[in-house]
Amino acid sequence: MSSSSPRRAFVDHAATAPLLAPAREAWLAASESVGNPSSLHTSGRRARRIVEEARESIADDLRTRPSAVVFTSGGTESDNLAVKGLFWARRRRMGIDSPAVVSSAIEHHAVLDPVEWLIKHEGAAAHWLDVDENALVSLEDLRGFLAENAERTALVTVMWANNEVGTIQPVAQIAELCRESGVPFHTDAVQALGQVPMDLTQVGATAVTISGHKIGGPVGSGALIIDPYTSVEPVAHGGGQEREIRSGTLDAPGAAALAAAVRYAVEHQAEHAQRVATFQRALAEGIRREVPDAIINGASIADGGVSSERLPGNVHVSIPGAEGDALLMLLDAAGVDCSTGSACTAGIPEPSHVLLAMGVDERTARSSLRFSFGRTSTMDDVDAVISALPSVVERARRAGSVSASTHTSVGAGRADR
Amino acid sequence: MRVVAALSGGVDSSVAAARMVDAGHEVVGVHLALARAKASGGRSRGCCTLDDARDARRVADMLGIPFYVWDFSAEFAEDVIGDFLAEYEAGRTPNPCLRCNEKIKFKAVLDRALALDFDAVATGHYARVLNGPHGPELHRALDEAKDQSYVLAVIDQDQLAHCLFPLGDTIKDDVRAEAQERGLRTANKPDSHDICFIPDGNTSDFLVDRIGQRPGRIVDSASGAEVGEHRGTFTVTIGQRRGLDLRTPGEDGRPRYVVDVDLSTDTVYVGSPEELDVFALRAGDVIWTGPALGEDWRQVTAQVRAHHFGVPARARMAGGELQVELHEPIRGLATGQSVVVYDGSRALGSGRISVTSRVGNTAAV
Repeated sequence: MSSSSPRRAFVDHAATAPLLAPAREAWLAASESVGNPSSLHTSGRRARRIVEEARESIADDLRTRPSAVVFTSGGTESDNLAVKGLFWARRRRMGIDSPAVVSSAIEHHAVLDPVEWLIKHEGAAAHWLDVDENALVSLEDLRGFLAENAERTALVTVMWANNEVGTIQPVAQIAELCRESGVPFHTDAVQALGQVPMDLTQVGATAVTISGHKIGGPVGSGALIIDPYTSVEPVAHGGGQEREIRSGTLDAPGAAALAAAVRYAVEHQAEHAQRVATFQRALAEGIRREVPDAIINGASIADGGVSSERLPGNVHVSIPGAEGDALLMLLDAAGVDCSTGSACTAGIPEPSHVLLAMGVDERTARSSLRFSFGRTSTMDDVDAVISALPSVVERARRAGSVSASTHTSVGAGRADR
Repeated sequence: MRVVAALSGGVDSSVAAARMVDAGHEVVGVHLALARAKASGGRSRGCCTLDDARDARRVADMLGIPFYVWDFSAEFAEDVIGDFLAEYEAGRTPNPCLRCNEKIKFKAVLDRALALDFDAVATGHYARVLNGPHGPELHRALDEAKDQSYVLAVIDQDQLAHCLFPLGDTIKDDVRAEAQERGLRTANKPDSHDICFIPDGNTSDFLVDRIGQRPGRIVDSASGAEVGEHRGTFTVTIGQRRGLDLRTPGEDGRPRYVVDVDLSTDTVYVGSPEELDVFALRAGDVIWTGPALGEDWRQVTAQVRAHHFGVPARARMAGGELQVELHEPIRGLATGQSVVVYDGSRALGSGRISVTSRVGNTAAV
C-alpha cells in the first residue's frame, strides 16, 4: 500500500506529540554534565541545581509550590502513585478496612486499573460516578456520595479532560466538593495540559498528573504535583528521593526537558487552543459533509472560539457500519495517522470503555476513530483526512458488512448457551 | 496485485511474505489474533503468543510493508475452540487446524481482505495452487514431508482463486536457508506442532479444565474386566496407547489400545491393535476443493490425518455423505477426524468422518 506517500498527516497528537526544540535543547544541555543529583559533591550539586530549577519552573507555570512537584517517569507512574499512595496513606489514618475510592468509568487505564487493583487486592470499595452521554462526570452524584460517605472515602480521582472524546470535567467544582469533605482529590491532567488553562490556585486538587511527551517533552518524563502536606505511601521503595515518595536516581535532563515543555505549553496555551480549534471545527464540518451519518462523539464542538467543554484539538467520530481498525488501516494507507482510541500491546483494538460508559453500543464503539491536532498540525492535515475519508468509509463499510455477518452469528451462538 | 500476507510470526509465513514483496505485489502484513493466549513465562510453543505477534511485526518492518493485527478471537473462540470442545464432548476427535482454515483464515480473513479491495491472501502453507483447465487446483507441496494440502482441503473453489501459497514448490530446508539469507529473525524458530490454543500441549488437561471431569471405567474389550479409570471419555482417543495407566496387563501381555468409547456409560474399551483396523468410512460436512465426486465409485487416495500419506481407496457420494472404502486398512481412526480424498497430487475435497467400519464391528457402511 502507499507507505511511500510523500507527506503523512499526523493527526494523533493525543498519543504523543513531536519533541519541542526547547525541550531537546534543555535535555542535551543537562546531559553534558556528570553528576547524580543526590550526591553531595560539586558535580552532584550541579545536577541537583538543574532538577531544582526545573521543579521551580514547573511550579511557577502551574502556580503551585516547588515542593509539590514530584518527578516521575510519566503519566502511568504518577497515576499509580497518586491512586495507590493516597489510598494506602488514608486507609492507615482512617483505620477502616475497606475505604471507598470514588472514580469514573471514563478514566484512562492508568487510573482505572490501579483502582480495580485496589478493589481486588486491597479491599477497596469503589463508587463509580455517573457520566452522561458526553462523558461528563456528575457533580450531583459526587455531592450526594460525599454527603453520606466522606468519612469512609480514601480519595476521589477524576481526570481533567478525557483522552478519547475530549470532555473537560468540572475539576474546580470537584476539587471544591472534596476540599469541603476533607477527601483528597487526584486528577489526571495529561491531556488537559497545554490545551486548557491550568492554574492550580483555581483548581484545589490534592494531586495532579502530568506527562512530558504529550506536550513535546521526552517520553519517560512526567510529574505528580502533590500537596506536600498530604501523606502518600510510595509505590516503589528505595533511596528515598523526592520526599521519600518516589525513589530512584533523579533524571536531571528529563526534568529540565519536562520543564521546558511545560513552559512552552503554558505560555502558548491560549493561542494553541485557538489554532487547533480551527482544525477541529474544519474537520468536524468536513466529516459531516462527506459522511452525513457519522456520529461526532462527546461534547459539541464550538462554532467559533474555543469550547470550555471539550479539548480544542479533539475530534472523535463513530462511522456506523465500518470497523475502527479497517478505517485506521485504510487511512494509514492514504497517509493519515489517527487512532481507534485504545489498543493493547499486541495492537488489538478493544471497544472503548469510554464510549461504552457513555451508553454507546459495542458495535458503534468499535466503529470509532479519534483525530487529535497539536502544535505541528496544519490545515493540510485536515484536508488530507477529508479528502481520504469518502472512499475509505465506503471500503471499510463493505468490509464491515462482511464481518457484521460473522459477528452476528457469533452473538447468536453465545445467546444459545 | 494487492495481497494480504498472513504473518504468524514463524519462518514459513515470513518467507512467503518476502516472496510476495519480491514478486512486485502491494503487500500488507497481517497477524491474526486468535487464541488471545495470556502472556506466560513459558517458552513459546504455539503460534499465537505475544512473541509471535512481535516477530511478525519485526518481519513486516524488515520487509518494509505495513503491519496490522486483525482480531478474529471471537470467531476463533466460537468456530474453532467451541467446535473442538463440542466434538470431544460428543466422543469425536476433531482437527482444529482444518476448522481454522475453513472458518477463519480462508473465510473470515479472506472475506475481509476482499472487501478491503485486496486480491488475495498469501500464507506460508506448503501446498500448490496450479492453474488447471477449469480453474485453480489445490495440489500437494513439492516437499512431501511438509505437505499441508490436507489441512487446506476445506477451501472451496471460489476461495482457492484468491489463495497464494508461495512456498509450495520449495523444500523446508531451503525456506530456512532463504530466511537466513534475507536476514529474517524468524529463520531459526522451531516449527510449531501443537494446537496453538493449547500451548503446553496437554490436550487432556485443557479439555478437563473446560468440560470438567466426567470419570468412568476403562474395560478390556475381550475379557470385560475393568482395568482402569479415566477422567472423561474425551481425554482419550481411538488408537491411543500411552497415558492410560492400566492396572493389569493384558492376558497376552501385548499393549492395549483404546478401541471404542461408549458415551452412554462413559466407558472406554481397550483391546488389541487388530481391533483398530478400519476398512471403510463415511464422512459428512463435505467441502469440495476440486470437482465434486458423484454417485459412481472413483479411485482416490484417502488421507485421514496431517502426517499420513494416504492409502488407495475408492470413494463416492451417497445420501449426501462421502463414502470411502479403503483398499488397505488404516489403524486407529476416530470419528471426527477429517478425510481428504486426492486424485494423484490433487486434493479433491474433505469431509468429517462420522462412521468407521472395522474388523469385528458390524457398523454398516
